[in-house]
Amino acid sequence: MKLVDIKNLTVDFDRILALQDVNFSVSKGDFLGIIGPNGAGKTTLFSCMLGLKQNFKGEIKFFDKNIRKSKQYLTKVGYVPQKPVFEKNFPATVKEVVKMGLRKHSDKDDKVDRTLQQVWIHELGLRRIGELSGGQLQRVFIAKALVNDPQILILDEPVTGIDSQSKELFYEILRGLNKNENLTIIWSSHDLEAVAKLANKVACLNRTLFFHGISNEFFSNEALLKQYSESSMQMHMHQH
Amino acid sequence: MSLEILTYGFMQRAIVSGIAIALICSTVGLFLVLRRQSLFGDALAHSAFGGIAAGLFLGFYPTWIAYAVAIGSALGLSKIRQRFQISGDATVGILLSSGIAIGVVLISLSGGFTVDIFSLLFGSILLVSVEDTIFILGLAGAILIVILLLYRELSYTTFNEEQAKVSGIPVEKINYLLVIIAGITVVTSIQLVGILLISALFVIPNVTAIMLGRSFKQTAILSISFAIFSVVTGILASYVFDITPSGMIVLISMAIFVTALGVKSTGLQSYHRIRRTKKIKS
Repeated sequence: MKLVDIKNLTVDFDRILALQDVNFSVSKGDFLGIIGPNGAGKTTLFSCMLGLKQNFKGEIKFFDKNIRKSKQYLTKVGYVPQKPVFEKNFPATVKEVVKMGLRKHSDKDDKVDRTLQQVWIHELGLRRIGELSGGQLQRVFIAKALVNDPQILILDEPVTGIDSQSKELFYEILRGLNKNENLTIIWSSHDLEAVAKLANKVACLNRTLFFHGISNEFFSNEALLKQYSESSMQMHMHQH
Repeated sequence: MSLEILTYGFMQRAIVSGIAIALICSTVGLFLVLRRQSLFGDALAHSAFGGIAAGLFLGFYPTWIAYAVAIGSALGLSKIRQRFQISGDATVGILLSSGIAIGVVLISLSGGFTVDIFSLLFGSILLVSVEDTIFILGLAGAILIVILLLYRELSYTTFNEEQAKVSGIPVEKINYLLVIIAGITVVTSIQLVGILLISALFVIPNVTAIMLGRSFKQTAILSISFAIFSVVTGILASYVFDITPSGMIVLISMAIFVTALGVKSTGLQSYHRIRRTKKIKS
């Protein structure tokens, strides 16, 4: 069953193409790693998928429905941003922040507690949000994304600037969510090693999609890996 | 201080309306301060001054015109900021001076009004009538109900607009609603502290509470308590010492803020927190 279906997605900013003719789909239970250099269009792709960017060409369907017609699909999607931006003095506890994401539930406190346990930060529940480290913060934002029991979790380079120990913990949580709870995950990352370990599908993006398929096929194909590194290098040179 | 003063009708009305105004100012102010729009209330109050002057000049009931102008300015300011990407403090600066300018020009054109400008600028809470008190209570009740009903949406949008949008919250509508509520709150509060001191009620109790509060709920309760305490003691002290209530209210607010700074800098708060944590663990 296709949960996400993207056809001919093209986005331009003042006539500069950010994405061109991107096509891919995501099925139930997939763990899709989206890789690509900086400026490849990963965040733009997510912005379109999440309804934050409206002026794109092509079609994006979630749960078989065009997202231009209804925003209802967002109730089944959890999102973890690249770097959570918020006022550092914001006077809210971890529990309160996670509860903000919760729509309707008979016992909100119990649901929040269970979600915090799911990402191993139950003991941080009463800490003020601004006092947490980068790794702890990202787990809070995962909890916030999970609190409504979404069917799809979208993560935009969630471990940028996080220490390696926290990264491993974060990956372990993602693996558990995908394997044990059959949660569909779409995750953009620069960490090819982690993508190779965790994702069962890979999409290589560099304004256009030059590979989409089984993860093993990509990582065992020298020619594809070479093409990926060359295109990343070109993008890097272009930016400098 | 004799409790006899509490038996006077004017004092009862002042305290009751003062508490209602303190409640809404601190609640609405908490969202504004956390959105880095602390001076928004000040700008709206200045535009309301222009509205009052326009009402008097044109022969309409000035308070209604002030409500219309404050709400219009609040919406206009939000739209301009969004559309032309002008920074928040710059738009506040423009509204602040243009509101007063319009008021001053209209006052000059009419050769002065019979209305007491001093009470507009610095408030006149001891003069509120029974009708005014009922009106303030009704409006404050309505504002608090709206805030309670939309608490999750307002706090989530204040915390992170993008994430709130992805969660399906109609962020733009919530933002417009908040500025409309802010406009209504400002005009309602002019009677208490006047145009020049209004932002004190929006900002000082909240900045104090944000320093001390451990959670959003605790911060809101602290802010409301500080605001109510400042208003009630300010009104009572002003009567006893025969000084303007608005100045007294703001000074008491400031005294609480300075005390909180002291508590924070001496580490008293963390000492109590450590003791509490140790108690829980044992």
